[in-house]
Amino acid sequence: MADTILELKDVRTHFPIHEGFVIRRQTGTVKAVDGVSLSVQRGEVLGLVGESGCGKSTLARTIMQLVPTTGGTVVLEGKNLTAGSTDEIRAVRHDLQMVFQDPFASLNPRMTVFATLAEPLLVHGRCTAAEATGRVAELMQLVGLAPRFMQKYPHEFSGGQRQRIAIARALALRPKVIIADEPVSALDVSIQAQILNLLSQLTRKMNLSLLFIAHDLSVVKHISDRVAVMYLGKIVEIGRAVDVIEHPRHPYTRALVSAIPVPNPEIERTRQRIVLPGDPPSPINPPAGCAFHPRCPHAAEKCRAAVPALRPDGGREVACVRLGEF
Amino acid sequence: MPLLSVKDLRTCFHTRNGIYRAVDGVSFDLERGETLGIVGESGSGKSVTCYSLMGLIPQPPGRIESGTAVFDGVDLLRATPAQTRAIRGKRIAMIFQDPMTSLNPYLRISEQLIEPLLIHEKISKAEAMQRGLAMLEAVGINDAAKRIRYYPHEFSGGMRQRVMIAMALITRPEILIADEPTTALDVTVQAQILELIKKMQQELGMAVIFITHDLGVVSGLCDRVQVMYAGRIVETADTRELFRTPRHPYTRALQQSIPSLQAKGAELFTIPGMPPDLSKPLAGCAFAARCPQAADRCRHETPGLTAWKPGHEQACLRVQAGEI
Repeated sequence: MADTILELKDVRTHFPIHEGFVIRRQTGTVKAVDGVSLSVQRGEVLGLVGESGCGKSTLARTIMQLVPTTGGTVVLEGKNLTAGSTDEIRAVRHDLQMVFQDPFASLNPRMTVFATLAEPLLVHGRCTAAEATGRVAELMQLVGLAPRFMQKYPHEFSGGQRQRIAIARALALRPKVIIADEPVSALDVSIQAQILNLLSQLTRKMNLSLLFIAHDLSVVKHISDRVAVMYLGKIVEIGRAVDVIEHPRHPYTRALVSAIPVPNPEIERTRQRIVLPGDPPSPINPPAGCAFHPRCPHAAEKCRAAVPALRPDGGREVACVRLGEF
Repeated sequence: MPLLSVKDLRTCFHTRNGIYRAVDGVSFDLERGETLGIVGESGSGKSVTCYSLMGLIPQPPGRIESGTAVFDGVDLLRATPAQTRAIRGKRIAMIFQDPMTSLNPYLRISEQLIEPLLIHEKISKAEAMQRGLAMLEAVGINDAAKRIRYYPHEFSGGMRQRVMIAMALITRPEILIADEPTTALDVTVQAQILELIKKMQQELGMAVIFITHDLGVVSGLCDRVQVMYAGRIVETADTRELFRTPRHPYTRALQQSIPSLQAKGAELFTIPGMPPDLSKPLAGCAFAARCPQAADRCRHETPGLTAWKPGHEQACLRVQAGEI
């Protein structure tokens, strides 16, 4: 598409496992992210879902260049971040910002809201010290916080308010892409709804692109234009949010959608639910072929043979060799 | 006669910042074999209610100010240590949210699993091991004979929760209290654990108190639901009834703020503001400050639970007056 802002090509992030104390040697590799390709358009919200350990947070950190990539490229507006020097990365970092899951851990407890929000502005020379107060007040209003709380510390705020501060910090440099790693998982339902509304308002207002990572499909469906489903370091299905979540095609997406309890007893008690056996396998020693085959209700012999690639399937892409056979 | 009858339970925490009224006059009955869901947001008092029943409130700073909880003729809140020991872990068992921190990392699963049997039943260690093995198999752990010798860190989160359930159920309790047992788990594993709890309940015929903040989980599992807000029960009804015709404004708001899988709206419904600070005295209805339908008297009069229709009780003055 024409207006791609962030593009990932075959991104791989592997972590070596070392054993031994005197004679240290590598005994294995954790393939946390293993060949992910996707793109984010300007102004688009891309949801990324998967269970814990599937590599979604590692992918976020890889895009941010917080962990080194093993292979592949991350291209932000034509600039290849994976090949860039530290200085080059630093020069584009302001375009790429992150919001973390736990607002209790991601804010410095010894910095006031003002100090937290003014720091990026001053470091990047976006305003003078004299202008900072005004800019911080604007930012606070943008995320729905009263500027009179500027001199307060994080512990004086509730979880929802802290997440607003974290969002304001990410917005301070007017980035083009925001990566939000489970930004609402730690919040109660009523607060979660407030933060979701805020995020979708801001993306529209500022024409931001958002990579929204979550394990809760209903949240992802609500906020995203497109959704990517990850399993064991790979994307197994990607397409329009409504398509993927209402009519999932990959057996794993189907099971994931069916596992969410529906808050309606009439539906919940009559519907057919797919309960997957076992736990997700270890990314140290992934099963041969399709990583999902040991838990898949439709697995056949050929699923063990080769790793399935993403193939186009009516406006979306699905990585399953038996697609259309069940 | 109900299996467990809780009346006017009040549990407070005396902290440096004041007296925090975590549970403020909670009454409910639990019938034999019933599944009761307790739903509420963080800090609504749902866990403290159950910890009070189990005698797990650290005192001080906690204090049970009033109330009774009668189980088989014994008031759990005033039971002697010997009475408590005979009931807790034997006739009433509990599982917790985080299976990582609630198992002892230094002990093999086998020792932890059979400990309740060795304490509560006159049984040899060999026999207890036999029952432990059978229980592990019943909760769906493959290769139980080998895995019973494992330490907790050798299991995944879902497996650990299965072990916790096996440990709780090994003495065939009459009541199982489950405090957010699936919150720390992935959805596909959550589905497995919910199925398991349902299956074990049918086999053992026990009553279950299921604490959660997820209305979706409640809808498939529970017979009856009570919704808590700021330490009080605001509404209680049969599950279907509660989802079909919620009466209390808080229950309605909670239901509307779920980004449901069924409909994709533009803007999610939100409840303005935050739950009240429980360390300050609360005049009137606790939800009044956030309630879109609050009237003047909601801020002065404290509402009580009254039957809206048989089996459906709610605590909203304006609903009680027939105004909304």
